Amino acid sequence: METKSSLFSRLPVISQLKKSMGLQRGMLVAGLVMTVGFLLTAAFAPWLAPYGFSQRFDQTQAPPSSTHLWGTTAGGYDVLSRTIWGAQTAFLVIVVAVVLSIFIGVILGLVSGYLGGWLDRILVVVADAIYAFPTLLLAMVMSIAISQGRSSLWSGIFSAAISITVVYIPQYFRVIRAETIRLKAEPFVESAIVVGASSVRIMARHIYKNATRTLPLIFTLNASEAILTLAGLGFLGFGIEPSSAAEWGYDLNHAQSDATSGIWWTGLFPGLAIVLTVLGLTLLGESMNDLNDPRLRGRKRAEKKARKNKELVDA
Amino acid sequence: MTALIDLPAEPAVQAPQRKNKAGGSLGKYLLIRFALIFPTILILVTMVFFLMRLTGDPITAALGGRLPPDQLALRIHQAGYDRPIFIQYFEYLGQMVTGNFGRTISDNLPITGMLATYGTATLELAVNSLVVALLIGIPFGMMAASKRDKWQDAVLRVSAILFYATPVFFAGLLLKLIFSIWLGWFPVAGRASVQTEIFMTQLANPTGIYWLDALRSGNMDAFWDVVQHSVLPAAALGMLTAGIFLRLVRTNVIGTLSKDYVEAGRSRGVSEYRLLTKHAFKPALIPIITVMGLQIALLLGGAVLTETTFEWKGLGFQLAHYLTARDFVAVQGIVALLAVIVALTNFIVDVIAALIDPRVRY
Amino acid sequence: MSRHSENGVAPEAGLRPVLDVEKLKITFATDAGDVFAVKEVSFTVAPGEIVAIVGESGSGKTVTAKAILGLLPETAHSSGAVIISGNDVITVSPHQLRQIRGRDVAMVFQEPSTALNPVYTVGWQIAEGLRSHRPEGKRVGRKEARKLAIEALGKVGIPDPEKRVDYYPHQFSGGQKQRVVIAAALALNPGLIVADEPTTALDVTVQAEILELLRDLRDKFGTSIVLITHNMGVVADLADRVVVMFQGDVVEEATAEVLFAAPKQDYTQKLLAAVPHLGRNSASAGFTERAFQDKEVVVEARELEIEYPGRLGSPAFRAVDKVSFTISAGEVFGLVGESGSGKTTIGRAVAGLNRTTGGSLKVLGYEMLNYRERSFRRYRKDIGFVFQDPAASFNPHLSIGECVAEPLLIHTELSGPEVTKKVQELLESVQLPRAYAKRFPHELSGGQRQRASLARGLALSPKLLIADEPTSALDVSVQAKVLELFREIQSELGFAALFISHDLAVVDILAEWVGVLYKGKMVEQGIGHQIMGNPQDDYTKRLLASLPVPNPAEQALRRANHQALIAAR
Repeated sequence: METKSSLFSRLPVISQLKKSMGLQRGMLVAGLVMTVGFLLTAAFAPWLAPYGFSQRFDQTQAPPSSTHLWGTTAGGYDVLSRTIWGAQTAFLVIVVAVVLSIFIGVILGLVSGYLGGWLDRILVVVADAIYAFPTLLLAMVMSIAISQGRSSLWSGIFSAAISITVVYIPQYFRVIRAETIRLKAEPFVESAIVVGASSVRIMARHIYKNATRTLPLIFTLNASEAILTLAGLGFLGFGIEPSSAAEWGYDLNHAQSDATSGIWWTGLFPGLAIVLTVLGLTLLGESMNDLNDPRLRGRKRAEKKARKNKELVDA
Repeated sequence: MTALIDLPAEPAVQAPQRKNKAGGSLGKYLLIRFALIFPTILILVTMVFFLMRLTGDPITAALGGRLPPDQLALRIHQAGYDRPIFIQYFEYLGQMVTGNFGRTISDNLPITGMLATYGTATLELAVNSLVVALLIGIPFGMMAASKRDKWQDAVLRVSAILFYATPVFFAGLLLKLIFSIWLGWFPVAGRASVQTEIFMTQLANPTGIYWLDALRSGNMDAFWDVVQHSVLPAAALGMLTAGIFLRLVRTNVIGTLSKDYVEAGRSRGVSEYRLLTKHAFKPALIPIITVMGLQIALLLGGAVLTETTFEWKGLGFQLAHYLTARDFVAVQGIVALLAVIVALTNFIVDVIAALIDPRVRY
Repeated sequence: MSRHSENGVAPEAGLRPVLDVEKLKITFATDAGDVFAVKEVSFTVAPGEIVAIVGESGSGKTVTAKAILGLLPETAHSSGAVIISGNDVITVSPHQLRQIRGRDVAMVFQEPSTALNPVYTVGWQIAEGLRSHRPEGKRVGRKEARKLAIEALGKVGIPDPEKRVDYYPHQFSGGQKQRVVIAAALALNPGLIVADEPTTALDVTVQAEILELLRDLRDKFGTSIVLITHNMGVVADLADRVVVMFQGDVVEEATAEVLFAAPKQDYTQKLLAAVPHLGRNSASAGFTERAFQDKEVVVEARELEIEYPGRLGSPAFRAVDKVSFTISAGEVFGLVGESGSGKTTIGRAVAGLNRTTGGSLKVLGYEMLNYRERSFRRYRKDIGFVFQDPAASFNPHLSIGECVAEPLLIHTELSGPEVTKKVQELLESVQLPRAYAKRFPHELSGGQRQRASLARGLALSPKLLIADEPTSALDVSVQAKVLELFREIQSELGFAALFISHDLAVVDILAEWVGVLYKGKMVEQGIGHQIMGNPQDDYTKRLLASLPVPNPAEQALRRANHQALIAAR
């Protein structure tokens, strides 16, 4: 019999950290470090960034120097500052978007999966249709519909967030629904049915916690995808105006023309920021996925030294 | 697309179980999947229709600032944009069914013509990228699966994630910087040089796919020019997709490698290589192909970005343009076409998966 | 036709053994530290001999079996020697290991449906083994491989092998699939076959056929077999010698006759005593007529039909076909059948988990045909259910106490402390310590979980308890204890019970009245010991004849009878 481990060590990430070893531990740690770095940058942006995100300077397209560590853009913005502020924007959008889609997606998935029937069938067809369509394109259309061209910080954030929400609800819906359906057939749920528990009680007490077990993982992977979508929107011009907030995708758009003149610093830094953030989140998500699934989890080797002996002896 | 998580492949209708002696179960299954195409397209087109109408009407968008209100109202009335929205919706559906798509509002092109011209450009890009993605993703995914948790696997996985994390436009930027500006090996943008473009417009019966047309007309200079222009965009989009395919293949092959029937093969003396490439790969193909079908959507989304980065005049490029112009006739046309492509692709993917899986056939 | 041999000495003592396991030790590295799966095991197998390795879960028998083929995962470290025809599997190079596999030794797996690759024909799969070896240095060509595959299929008794060699696995039945797996193992005529629970996943009637096949192979081709199993009946039927393992050690080794007649070790004695033996310890011993008929009828089924609609044009599937039976208060009714018989469907229908489609099913007086959940709900407090799978019977997020308390919380108005007290009483009544209420399901063993499941089922003092294969997933010794507990509680509390199982011997221990189901129809009903001792229906006769008993001499006689029965059909 195992003794009950402390609450701390049973938390999702910590418990996995303890179980992992080797490459997977490396991935988990790397992902964690990068993600935490992103979160800290987003939280402390006002103090970290040397200048404001809409502050303009006279030196335009200036290469990295002591006053502008990462140079300035064609519009006269400081690249370093905008990159740091961009983290905050990304964070806000992602939080709003993912929270909304999780909320709606989970509830819909639970109810639809458990109750079934024609409601379920319709929802599935709709969800599949949206899910199959390119997220970015749909987000583009939505963002136009919502913001109607106006894009101050909050309306910009919301329009981006809502576009991303609508587009990602089907994902949460599908996963939670699949889990709910699987759980419905499990003996412990059937036991509750036989005992006479009401549907609400069953969904809340038995299915909800078990179905949402993989939620942290999906959330992480989703967040990384959402950041890419947000950057894509910004790149295409459907995001947030530079005067309202800093957005990496938008900066990269303007960096394209700079590139043809060989100006690399306006694009490299925001781009790297995106890569590192998404990389961190995805590494985190992937390693959580691996560690959750006993099939994919790596295991320690017993007495590695002895293996060498096996190779030497020749029958 | 978070199709990276192993979702138990949940089609809206389940494949038939049990052996059906008549073999007709395959036909029925495919019929259902085919029938699902229509609701899918309908839902997407409807969504976009209403979303676009939310933003107002195209005439206001195009001419809002320039005409006085009463003239604006007159034009809107003439074009029929002030009728109740549901009437407009059903009229639109009717037009779609009869194939009458109309003309774009902003530049007055026939929709079908516009779709054909730009569609082939996007098709070319998509196919090029897909080829790159498959050639890299599948073999390396298998390698990662076979060398699981060893250093090759580590390198491959991290590389795959790195590719995925790099937005297409950033990758494009870097590629342009390195290979076009600094090394000068490839052109910076466009599908072809000006000469080649002129040559293309002079062709009698173009397919729209440049390299094909160049080959058909024997113009090797044009062919190489087109190829050169294709490399960077295909590389940018292809690498991103390759990263996803690699992880997809890896996860599924690891899954089948751990199955009893592979162990059974091992117990009979089958080599590890053969177990990987034959015993484990084919059963893994079924979920892989299904998910790959969904990734076409990702490819199309990425195409928008790639086209904008490289000034590749395809549908994605145009969509962004039309959206800004509030030209919803054009937008709807493009979305409808994309919806059809997506629905059809998923259907074809289902057919292929059904062909591989004998349980559905017999 | 088993060979008679003296204590532990194989008949052909002069010949080199086919398998020689010497001081085998296997350790696994796990999350919780090192696990010593096999501590020190030694035994030999002579040519043409069938040796059974028996044990319960955790005994190390499956690990030993895999070690013989070198199929242990990387997390395992082995020492000692496993010598097959002169080569030591543990120290040989990977290349040589591949050659040994299939050529000198082959494996038959437990679950035939997963042991076959669903996307390739069986012919291809059999030929794969052939293609990976080069007898006499030549490659095996496609035509040659196909011919050999057809031959192999014929050897294992698959009819029409020329056609069936191109079939896919899902086109075969469960028993036939296992034959195919055996054919694949035989393709290169290895001297040794390791069979890991080869019949556990099969129906009893099919099991008898496969055991017959294995015996045939030994008789005709001189193949030695290492048989891994936990089923003592199978051991009595097939094995020449028996090796008993417990927690990684060999506890006892003897010939089959000696082991069953006079087990030396405590563990072996306990193990054998725990095995349900048909005819012994019957619940209906001495009954001449059906009991409890003066009590109220708790369940009444009349021409009950349960049909599943077919998909788009396929015909409907009739799971239960005009079945009639009654269960009275205090009576234990045993429902017996193989897979597809409809027994589980009936059990679930009685519990209100499945819908009935025809006939009548009255549970506690309530008609289940077209029932409405709202009106049925108040009857649910009088029904308890125990499921087969102890692992999945509990919500992993709730403690045992919370799970057992659930019926109380839904149907009664008891206060918090009263509920806690009742839960503790319930746990004690199933012989679980009170402290277990705070534990979580994964912290209990399978047997303990089933007891907790029983406690939950009994929480509201139900009039009817339905148990669906409650002990099938448990070890033999644990099963015996849980059955004993069930018997005690049932006679003490006097509830009616519907006991569903595929295992006749188990049913006989508990049920006074037994019903036999075959393909949805009730073919025979009667007093327990009468059905077991004197069956009337053909299918029941076949079913009983195929059931192996844990006694070699008796089993040999039964086998002869079974052959006669089959020949007479």
